[in-house]
Amino acid sequence: MKELLSGNEAVARGAFEAGFHFAAAYPGTPSTEILENISKYKEIHSQWAVNEKTSLETALGASFAGARALVALKHVGLNVAADPFFSAGYIGARGSLVIVSADDPGMHSSQNEQDNRNYARSAKIAMLEPSDSQESKDFTKLSAEISEEFDTPVLLRITTRISHSRSIVEMEDRKDVPKKGYEKNVKKNLVMPAHARMLHKKVEERLVKLKEYSNNSDINSIDYNDKSIGIITSGISYQYVKEAMPEASVLKIGMSWPLPDKKIREFAENVEKLYVVEENDPFIETEVKAMGIDITGKDIIPGVLELNPRIVKESFNKVDKLKPVEISERAPIRPPALCPGCPHTSVFRAINKLKLIATGDIGCYTLGALPPLSAMDTCVDMGASIGNAMGIELMKDEDDKRGIVAVIGDSTFYHSGITGLIDIIYNKGKSTVIILDNSITAMTGHQDNPGTGKTLMGEDTVKMDLTKLVKGLGLEHVYDIDSYDLEGVEKLIKREVERDEPSVIIAHNPCMLLPEMKKKPKDRFYIDHEKCTGCKMCIPLGCPAISFDKDAKKANIDKQFCVGCTLCVQTCNFDAIKKIEE
Amino acid sequence: MVKRIIIAGVGGQGILLASDILSEVCMEAGFDVKKSEVHGMSQRGGDVVSHVVYGEKVYSPLIGEGDADVILSFEKIEALRNIDFLKKDGVMIINKMEIKPLPVASGLADYPKNPIDDIKKHVNNVIVVDGQKEAEQIGNIRVMNVILLGILASHMDIKKELFVETVKKKVPPKTVDMNIEAFNFGYSYSG
Repeated sequence: MKELLSGNEAVARGAFEAGFHFAAAYPGTPSTEILENISKYKEIHSQWAVNEKTSLETALGASFAGARALVALKHVGLNVAADPFFSAGYIGARGSLVIVSADDPGMHSSQNEQDNRNYARSAKIAMLEPSDSQESKDFTKLSAEISEEFDTPVLLRITTRISHSRSIVEMEDRKDVPKKGYEKNVKKNLVMPAHARMLHKKVEERLVKLKEYSNNSDINSIDYNDKSIGIITSGISYQYVKEAMPEASVLKIGMSWPLPDKKIREFAENVEKLYVVEENDPFIETEVKAMGIDITGKDIIPGVLELNPRIVKESFNKVDKLKPVEISERAPIRPPALCPGCPHTSVFRAINKLKLIATGDIGCYTLGALPPLSAMDTCVDMGASIGNAMGIELMKDEDDKRGIVAVIGDSTFYHSGITGLIDIIYNKGKSTVIILDNSITAMTGHQDNPGTGKTLMGEDTVKMDLTKLVKGLGLEHVYDIDSYDLEGVEKLIKREVERDEPSVIIAHNPCMLLPEMKKKPKDRFYIDHEKCTGCKMCIPLGCPAISFDKDAKKANIDKQFCVGCTLCVQTCNFDAIKKIEE
Repeated sequence: MVKRIIIAGVGGQGILLASDILSEVCMEAGFDVKKSEVHGMSQRGGDVVSHVVYGEKVYSPLIGEGDADVILSFEKIEALRNIDFLKKDGVMIINKMEIKPLPVASGLADYPKNPIDDIKKHVNNVIVVDGQKEAEQIGNIRVMNVILLGILASHMDIKKELFVETVKKKVPPKTVDMNIEAFNFGYSYSG
């Protein structure tokens, strides 16, 4: 049977068919749907981890127990999990250990476009790169086999255009694989220096064997055509090359670490001019050059942002650079925005009004940085807001009296905010940390987390009490507030920022997009133009339902989008915003 | 022969459902098909684009500038935003709907005055429809995307029946009749 699957769905299907027993992840675009889809297969124990590090540590534990285990993460998630990742490189895999890294060239939903192929090289493990959904499924299965045969973790490296593209996949049945059982083996699983010295030697020997496999594997394949141009390529770039350069000879790399050196040499000898087409880093290029082979890559192929067939054609001078249509008025940008009625709005409005220094974090609420809220100074990585705030607090000029707040979401706080907060308490910091508790991991599409009381497999579990948790760290000043109380939020933030001690404010209200919130009956509001003076006090909320009519000098609410949060009502001094009586 | 179609609009307009139906129809018709889109950040009221490519053998799921045979835009200025992707002799289908981006709503930017006229100066084959009005006449604003899909289908070389069958499968059972009416309206719409 054939189905149209996204790359992420295909990886999940591959894990099912290959008899995987365990899978874990922390949500992160573009990888999120891998675990969401695995959770549909009851044969696999799947869970949302609190962060990528714990997901990989748990999966490694599952591999110790002889189970086939998979971890899915976005590229920057592997930075969080890098510590166990490198140790796992030495330890190897009793049960298969497959780490799926979904990189994001073009940064559609990320803070950088790091190329995680470099991780496989650094950790000296095997890496496969599928180029469509069928291969995403096939290579997931192959990864499980390579992992067990060579006693190595396998990095399955995909990118946004693999994760989020659909193509046709042939479905197969699950092949159950028995778990191997747990066995104590300290020389392998306990990486103290004496053991690690032995293991490193084995890792180098393993690389030699893997290179032999890479040379013999048909997932690295040569397709000779016109031999005047030979192109080495991998992953999604292969598809762009086939479309843009159908006449060229191609060496398609499916296993990109270790690279198949013999095949590369053979290909180089048989074509007149050798090229490499790859997104982001010159990963293959550097290796081929190190082999002493002349090859052209980043001299003509962009290393920044993603490629497409047009860019490849332009790079090979097959077409001229496209001239943009000369249109008189271009479309204004349409940035994403906090939703109408978003419970985070009041905190950002207050930060803006109080002119605070605000260190931010990663989630929907990063959008609070955009105008008109413009209420965020920094965003670095998951959990960074808290450490950043303390660093600024300690080192800014003494006569700089601006207050500082760190702003972080509930899920991000569980992920890596707690340690930063302990740092503040231990090191006698004075910053105020605001936790935006919308009771869900929202940006990636509403995944459960320790605060929701539900697991990925739909079971009830302990619901973390954020307030108690924070108080338990020994903090004296911890305050809960209703995030729809605009004035209350502002007063509380002002008071706590001025306090000469550390404090935490937890602003509560669930995400408006949660199914149970969408179902709730809601009041809707309109603006009485007789009373509206055009003062624009409601505009700085940045509510997408509110717009200002420059000609009439009046504000309007689009009732289609209004969810009745009443924040704008609270900003209006002229009672112009009224409930629609239906 | 490979055909390349772009569906553009604003998050929440049903772009992904429309491109799901479209790509499934292409598969049912016996073609190779690939579809590409982006999730995450873009779903919070940002612009959304879905690429669908079908033919005997499809390589790239992504369409480069100047390569789209048809662009279907659910919103006026999203057509403007994607105009560079259209082939010289390509077809542009525009829904007359206007959704103000936040910078426009908060007075930081202006909504273009005559985007459709501007596009017509550069594209010969432009079809304009007031999908919202037509959907309301059929009975529910929610069938707007199926009307637009119907117009798109009339510019493709795939049997109408295949579309009808797939629409029936993909929409809620209670709304089948209304959606088929909407599809038929779109399919015979001439602008």
